[in-house]
Formats: sequence, C-alpha cells, structure tokens
Amino acid sequence: MEQKTNSAAASKNAAAEAPKKPHRKVSSAILGALVRIAAVATAATLVIIVGYILVMGIPAFNPDLFALEYNSQNVSMLPSLVNTLLAVALTLVIAVPLGVMAAVFLVEYTTRGNKFVKVVRITAETLAGIPSIVYGLFGMLFFVTFLGWGLSLLSGCLTLAIMVLPTIMRTTEEALRAVPDSYREGSFGLGAGRLRTVLSVVLPPAMPGILGGIILSIGRIVGESAALIFTAGTVAAIPGGIFDSVRTMSVHMYVLSCEGLHIDATYATAVVLLIIVVAINALASFAAKRLTKV
Amino acid sequence: MKSIKETVAKVLFTAAAGVSILAVALICVFLFASGVPAIAEIGPLEFLTGTVWKPGSDIYGILPMILGSIYATLGALVIGVPIGLFCAVYLSRFASPRVKRLLTPGVELLAGIPSVIYGFFGLVVLVPLIRQVFHVQGMSLLAASIILGVMILPTIITVARNSLDAVPESYYEGALALGADHERSVFRVLVPAAGSGIMAGVVLGVGRAIGETMAVVMIAGNQVQIPNSLLDGVRTLTTNIVMEMGYAADLHRDALIATAVVLFVFVLVINLVFAALNARSKK
Amino acid sequence: MSEIKQASAACVPTPSSGESEEETKIAVQNLDLFYGDFHALHGVNMDIPANQITAFIGPSGCGKSTLLRTLNRMNDLVEGCRIEGVVALDGENIYAKGTDVNHLRRRVGMVFQKPNPFPMSVYDNVAFGPRTHGIKGKEELDGIVENALRKAAIWDELKDRLKKSALGLSGGQQQRLCIARALAVEPEVLLMDEATSALDPLSTGRIEDLAVELKKDYTVVMVTHNMQQAARISDKCAFFLLGDLVEYGDTQMLFSHPVDKRTEDYITGRFG
Repeated sequence: MEQKTNSAAASKNAAAEAPKKPHRKVSSAILGALVRIAAVATAATLVIIVGYILVMGIPAFNPDLFALEYNSQNVSMLPSLVNTLLAVALTLVIAVPLGVMAAVFLVEYTTRGNKFVKVVRITAETLAGIPSIVYGLFGMLFFVTFLGWGLSLLSGCLTLAIMVLPTIMRTTEEALRAVPDSYREGSFGLGAGRLRTVLSVVLPPAMPGILGGIILSIGRIVGESAALIFTAGTVAAIPGGIFDSVRTMSVHMYVLSCEGLHIDATYATAVVLLIIVVAINALASFAAKRLTKV
Repeated sequence: MKSIKETVAKVLFTAAAGVSILAVALICVFLFASGVPAIAEIGPLEFLTGTVWKPGSDIYGILPMILGSIYATLGALVIGVPIGLFCAVYLSRFASPRVKRLLTPGVELLAGIPSVIYGFFGLVVLVPLIRQVFHVQGMSLLAASIILGVMILPTIITVARNSLDAVPESYYEGALALGADHERSVFRVLVPAAGSGIMAGVVLGVGRAIGETMAVVMIAGNQVQIPNSLLDGVRTLTTNIVMEMGYAADLHRDALIATAVVLFVFVLVINLVFAALNARSKK
Repeated sequence: MSEIKQASAACVPTPSSGESEEETKIAVQNLDLFYGDFHALHGVNMDIPANQITAFIGPSGCGKSTLLRTLNRMNDLVEGCRIEGVVALDGENIYAKGTDVNHLRRRVGMVFQKPNPFPMSVYDNVAFGPRTHGIKGKEELDGIVENALRKAAIWDELKDRLKKSALGLSGGQQQRLCIARALAVEPEVLLMDEATSALDPLSTGRIEDLAVELKKDYTVVMVTHNMQQAARISDKCAFFLLGDLVEYGDTQMLFSHPVDKRTEDYITGRFG
C-alpha cells in the first residue's frame, strides 16, 4: 500500500521531479498515504451512499408512486413532490425580495461604522447558525399558535424564509461588493439617482451571484424536514390554499421511514430527492461559473 | 433634491434589513417566554443536572440529553476532523486538476444531501451492520457519531481547503528551498499557517453536528440515558424536541422549549467562537 | 552544439572561455527552457565560479530569474516547464535521473524577492531547515540557530526575541532572517532572487554587505534589477536579453568595456 502511494506521489510529479525519490522520509510517506486515504474515503462515502440509494430505489419505481392522490396503498409521492415545489416557490417569493433588499441596503445605502448595520450583520450571522429544529419550534409557537395560522403551507414557508434569509443576504452582498465602484461612479456621473443606479447598473452584473444564493436556498428548502414537521405538518395531499397543511418530499421520506411499512417506496422517494439535489448542485456550479466569467 | 421614489426605496431597503433583527428578536422572545419560566418552575439545577426525564410525573432533567449531544458531537469530530482535514490537504495541495474537478463537486454534493437521506441510509445500512457485528440493537451513539461525522465532512473540507488555498505560495516555496519535501512543506508550514481557518471549519462542523435532528432521531435509539458505551442508545437535545413536541402540553411542552433554549445557548457560544476564529484568520 | 551534448554524458564541465584560474561551482551547458510553447531560455552556457558573487542582470522578462530558479530546480513547480541541457553542480548534472531534489535544494539555498518568513517564531524559522534534515537535539539546534543568525548579521537584533513571531519584524530584518534560515542548512550555494528589491536603501546596504561577507564561505548567485548593485558587489556579471545570455564576464570588464552593443545600451540606460 505504502509502496503504491509512494509511486503514485512520484508519478504525479514525474514530469518535474526525478521519477525515483531517494531518501524519502518514512513520516512523509505516511502523511502522503493518509492524505490519499482520506480523499478515497470521502469519495467512497459519497459513492456508497448515492450508489446504494440508486441501486435499491430505482427498481422500486412504479406508476402508483406518482398517483395524483396519496393513500396507504399506492404510497404516492406525487403530492409531496408538488408540495415541495409549492414550498420552494412560496418561500422564495418571501425571502428573495427581503434578502436582496437587505443586502442592497447593507452595500449601497450605508456608511462604515453604522450601529444599525452592525446589529443587522450580527443577527444575520446568528440566524445562519440556528439549528432547523429551533426554527421549527419557533414557527410552531409564532405562526402556528400565536398567529393562529395552524399547520399550514404559509406557516412552513415563513419559517423556511427566515431560515434561508441569511444565505440570500450573504450571497447577494458578496455579489454586490464584487461590482466595481467605477460602475456606480459612472452612473452617478450621468446624474442617475441612487435607486436608479442600483436597479440598472449594480444589480444586473450581480445577478449570477444572487442566483447562486437562490439555488443554494432551494437546496436547503428541498432538504429541510425538522423545521417543517411542526409548522407545515404532514398531510400528504396537494393543498387547496396556503392555510392547508402540506408534506414536502423530505418530510414524506421521514414519515415513511418512521412508519417502516413501505421501505421500497421510501427508497424510490430517496432517489427522487437525490436527483433533485444533484440537479440543484449542477445548477449552482453552473451559476458559479457564470459568476466568475462576469 | 430627493425624489419620493428614492425616499420610499431607502425606507423599504432599511426595513428589509431590519427583518433579520426582528426575526432574531421574535425567536428569542418566543423561546425565552416559554422556556425560561419552565426552567424556573422545574428549578435550573434540577433541569440542567437532573438525569431523569419523566413527563408523566412532571420530572424534567436534561443532563442525559446534554451529554448525548456532546458525546455525539465529539464522536462526529473523531471521524470528521481527521478525514476532513486530510481530504482538504489533498484537494488543496496533492490532487491533480482532473481529480480536483471530480472531487470538489462530490464534496458539494455530500453537503447537499438532505438529513433524512443520511438518516435513512444509517437506518437501513449502518444500524443493521452494527447489529450484526456487535450483536446489539444497533441504534446507538456509534451510528449517530458515524453519520454525523460524514455530515460534517463537507463543512470541514470546504472551510479548511479555502484557508489552505489562501496561504501564500511563498511559504511553500520557502520550505521547498530549504530542502523540505512536499509533505513536510505542507504539514509543517502550510497547515499551521492555515490553523485558525481550519479551526473555524471544525467549529462550524460542531455547530452542524449539535444542531442536526432528523438524521440522528432515526438512528440514535433515543433512550433517555447517559450512555455507558458507544453501542448504547442516546438521546440528544434536538431529538428530545422532535420526539415529543407533537403531543406535549403544559409544563412538558414548556420543558421542551426550554430544551431548545439550552440548545440555542450552545449554538450562540459556538457562533461566537466561530466569529472570533474567522476574524483571526482574516488577519 | 553536438559536442556539448556529448560532453553532457560525462558531465565534466570545461570552462567555455579562456580565464580559468577559479574553480567552477556550477556549470550551465546548452540550457534550453520552455514554458509550454514559449521558449524562455536559449542555449545558455556559463560557468559560475565558487566563492564569488555572480550577478544576473537584464530587463524584466529576460529570463534571469528563470535561470536562477533552474539552479535549484524551483522551476519544477511550474506546470509545463521543460528543460533541455545540463546544469552541473560540482560536475554532477542536477537534472540527471535519480537526483534527490530535496538534497539538491539543501546544497543550493535560496532567498526570495519578497521576504517569506513562515508564520512562526524567529527560532522555529531558522530551525526549520535543520529539523527537516533530522537534527533534533536542542543544544545542537540552539547552536545552529545562533550561528546562522550571526552569519546573517542579525543575531544582536534578534537574540532577545527568538520566541516572538517572525511576522512582527521589519522587512529588512525579515529578509536577513530568511538568509539566516537558508544558511542554517549549510548550503554551498546561495541564490538571491532580487533579494533587496522590496527593501529600503538602508536594509539593502546591509544585505549587500552581508553578501560580500558570505562569499568567503559560499558561492553567491544573485538576480538584480539594480545595475549599481551588480557593479558594486558582484565579481562576475551576466547580461540577459529576451532569453539569450548576451554577455558574461568579469563585472568590471563588462561595465567598463562591454563587448556587445546591446550590453552597452542597457548599462548606459537605453533599455530603461
């Protein structure tokens, strides 16, 4: 093993350094081996988890899983799939304008050393670190009980919106800061006001970065379960309105695996969740590439 | 001359920025309003150091859950930190560009996999494996530690790698020019130079492990007990909430909220440490 | 051309020009260097004498730093860098198969343009090299560190702050610390890559004095942008232009009676 990694190390640098490395220290050989083992372990973990879910889940697919209505016979995931899309849409509708406007305020409308800005930053960082179960609990206490909206799509999405708000704020802020000051000066120089400068000169080049933040947020919404169980509930049906309880894909998977009755359907649900997550990741790295080009 | 439009816009933007302050304030108010009186009623000492949790008899001691969270997090660190750090070193200083292009999205994907899938995988693969190997029930501190260890891997890898990448190339060249080989240059010069950034990654991992709920509840066994071995079942602060909130009422409900208050304080401390480390690594 | 290629097998450097009283430390023979498709050095031949200061001068991008970095194989780090020809240290080709690069770099030390002390204490910086090469004893290390710092003429300034971070030193002190760090591994050759270009005139003067002092024990090769510096302290001087070694000889001769028109233009300031 050691011999093998040793030669692997050498072959990597073969073009540059001598193919045979005399006096290679034992400690270096061990470190080199550990580094590669860790990389292989990480890759293997991913391959095993994804591979296992795919191998077990793909044969479990059948048309019943996509029936329009869920019942304990067909264990359809379609309602929860639709609910997930609804939750993503509603959460973004709430969180994106708030997050982007907050970031615009932080970058374009403030001066250094402003107290209010400091508090905004500290609270945003705090929000980013709060565990989702605490969000879930808060959502239950505030939206569900205090405001009386019950277990509902609205309660769930508002909870999620607070959760993803710091992500959108941070990525937007970074994107805005990456816009060169010369753009702003150029616009001001033409007599444009601050608002017009922001809307037509600063925001457009920052769009890929903002988009990246939105995609990250979608990933978090799709994967979230702890914050939704006590806010959006677990009703596996397409809702009639925003005050109906909904069950998203992740919650659906959690409920199924707790029941333990429909193991095949659980695998299949996991496959669909994974596919969504992979797609989101691909989109995110695409957006990141666009960002670096601009 | 300021137009009305400009003024309205500024007010709107300011208000949007205020939302995060409002959110944190509301979260604090609602958690503390129910949690703190509950702690007072139970007795702070009884609550924090009591080892018995019997809602039926109105006995609420969360020491087993506090220790459960700490043990599970430590277990996750034992697995996640060495692998994560070495993998970050690999990505930053050993991997060929081709391997980097493959492994980096892999790590990102690992970060994007939902908790429930990790929990489910633990439930159908890891728990049976532990059951077979050790002839125990299987849902255990060990299972939780392993899955949490995997879950914090991408966090540690990404943050550690970024700070390793940020170390000036001149350090590396300087070490090589003294006749140090690649491994020694990396581990004796670059890794220490990236130290506080790497620590920040670890702290972020701690935050993720201690806050994780759904993956843990599916595989940890959830018995209220201070575990004596890795193979014992364990209940954490987070799982305590998610297990019982659905049906709790009165003091029981408030005791669960108080559990969240304790968790919240833990997380605040972790955030402070993270912020301090971040400030140091930026210097 | 071909006879040099044959000679490379034996690797016994023969002085290319007539003056041969001094012992040759490094012999560069027919060296071509490519970065990908870019031909950065064209057939360079030169003998670098032991215990003297040899300076490489020329405008930016002329290949002088590149050549310096081939002497301890730091160019190996550059992706797509390819080298043809021979660089012989004490008669042995350092590009031969099986060369221990780490051992080579121990024998040929280097000081960089920007001071690059490691983010650790002064002591640990200097001790890094010896520790790398297996010296563990505290007393032995103490001795090496003191000796190296003395040789770099910075012992008196730093002896009371050995445990302090090296990043707190001034630029000039940092650079002399880096020289001490390089000396601690007891190299035979010291390469200085524009080692004073980031420093103030006072620090520059001290490092120049130091270089002159060091040539008693070491072979010093330096790259410099500063022609006055080359004229002041070097014994031999090589002028490069666009990857060609235009002229190489005794510093005094080169500056007073340059043979090549381009050299004359450069030292009289026409290239800027």
